[in-house]
Amino acid sequence: MPVQILYFAWVRELVGVGMERIDLPGEIATIAELIGWLAARSEGHAAAMADPARLRAAIDQRFVSLDAPVAGAREIALFPPVTGG
Amino acid sequence: MIVVRVQPGPLDPAAELAALGASGAVASFTGHVRADDGVRLLELEHYPGMTERALEELAAAAAERWPLSALRIVHRVGAMQPGEAIVFVGAASDHRAAALEATAYLIDRLKTDAPFWKRESRGGPDAASWVERRAADDEAATRWD
Repeated sequence: MPVQILYFAWVRELVGVGMERIDLPGEIATIAELIGWLAARSEGHAAAMADPARLRAAIDQRFVSLDAPVAGAREIALFPPVTGG
Repeated sequence: MIVVRVQPGPLDPAAELAALGASGAVASFTGHVRADDGVRLLELEHYPGMTERALEELAAAAAERWPLSALRIVHRVGAMQPGEAIVFVGAASDHRAAALEATAYLIDRLKTDAPFWKRESRGGPDAASWVERRAADDEAATRWD
């Protein structure tokens, strides 16, 4: 199933794009597994995904933990901890 | 009345404060860009769509928790310079405790619950850096749990 993956802040800069559409392999069950899988796509992805502890995520525009299931997601975003205000 | 806005243009705290009306108690917080360590430019990135949703949910949670007659959250995005207003939150109520507490709640939770990212530039080609999350912000947000 095609999923829209969004990247923000330094994650976006390292990956090199802000958005990509990806057909997720069925064996990817969680955000953490997605991060590991994305790391193999390019050197930039590998650099952005190198330390999952520095990443936060949202599924369909809601914050989720890295162990959240990705089944049924239409939009998944990966980014650093937020720093607004 | 609840107003939530994300805008690239300048923020006018006085106009936002006036728009909260003349209830018995009106409180507000304005954050300005600091010139920490020679910061010349601050850029605010956000997640369009999710940002508005997160701020609307934050506003609804405050309106549920305190008896408010008005509430405003305005956040700038894009490029801004030291001294410029970056965020305004305000609450109006019949009594001061509700207005003051709701205002503190809004700014504390906004810092952890809305998808914004700050990047500071200090001049020079390699001098831009993404701001790191502060542990104190997490602690301030959790006091409202």
